[in-house]
Amino acid sequence: MKAKIYISYKEGILDPQGNTVNHALDSIGINKIKSVKVGKYIEMEFDNISKQEATDIADQSCRKLLANPNTETYTFEIVEQE
Amino acid sequence: MNFAVIVFPGSNCDHDAYYIFKEVLNTSVDFVWHRQTDLKKYDAILIPGGFSYGDHLRTGAIARFSPIMDSIVKEAKLGKPVFGICNGFQILIESGLLPGALIINKNIRFLSQNVVIEVATQDSIYTRTMKKGHQLTMPIAHKQGNFIADKDTLTLLMNEDRIAFKYIEDDNTDSNPNGSMNSIAGILNKKRNVLGMMPHPERASESLLGSKDGLEIFKSIVGQS
Repeated sequence: MKAKIYISYKEGILDPQGNTVNHALDSIGINKIKSVKVGKYIEMEFDNISKQEATDIADQSCRKLLANPNTETYTFEIVEQE
Repeated sequence: MNFAVIVFPGSNCDHDAYYIFKEVLNTSVDFVWHRQTDLKKYDAILIPGGFSYGDHLRTGAIARFSPIMDSIVKEAKLGKPVFGICNGFQILIESGLLPGALIINKNIRFLSQNVVIEVATQDSIYTRTMKKGHQLTMPIAHKQGNFIADKDTLTLLMNEDRIAFKYIEDDNTDSNPNGSMNSIAGILNKKRNVLGMMPHPERASESLLGSKDGLEIFKSIVGQS
């Protein structure tokens, strides 16, 4: 089982990396993009645990360490291994 | 006074700070490795700059779970001075001892340059020997020093006079180079014993280094004027 965790800046937090990427895309002719946000993707692997346990671990990890509640939000999905 | 300079894997301003206490101020000071858990014998704690744990995940995010942090939080709550510089400030914010967040600089660059800051409050052990508005020149060296906070926190910091230092404009330097809200360079906790600041006073404490303005902060802590 795997947890796929996505961390992004909260609405209203300045994301200079996202803005720069947007400008760069614009300069190579890829436009019509309203805004770009750069976040983090974290993957966790589990052996022999239930989906509920995996959900609890992923949620606890995000709250305690992976995301900064002042600036970031997180979402995750638990998927069976491909 | 007996100082502790905390050392994390990746700290790189620990020796600079140690040198100031030992050689410039002639006070007693020890390096304290982050796996230790007792800070009772120290009168003040300094968390130095650097790149603790390689800045992985977020600056200060992993150092905040080092064994020493529980005792730093404990001593801070007892009212002992806890002084975080640069990465030390980032760690103090991640640990919850100071509010807000330090995000990437507005121009997404690592900034290594001199800045001019002004003392924004005299009401702390760190600034008691200086007048409000007193200007100090010292370097910054960081990529994540852009201070942000929600509106309520910012109002609280202002109402409680907890902004210790602000970047100001000068002929040779940018005002507020990293984009911090209200030009904030350093803040205090509610009890005013915990200070976090992005500029490096320990790198500006001898004339040989171009400025000894930073020494005024250390002298204020030890009670020399």
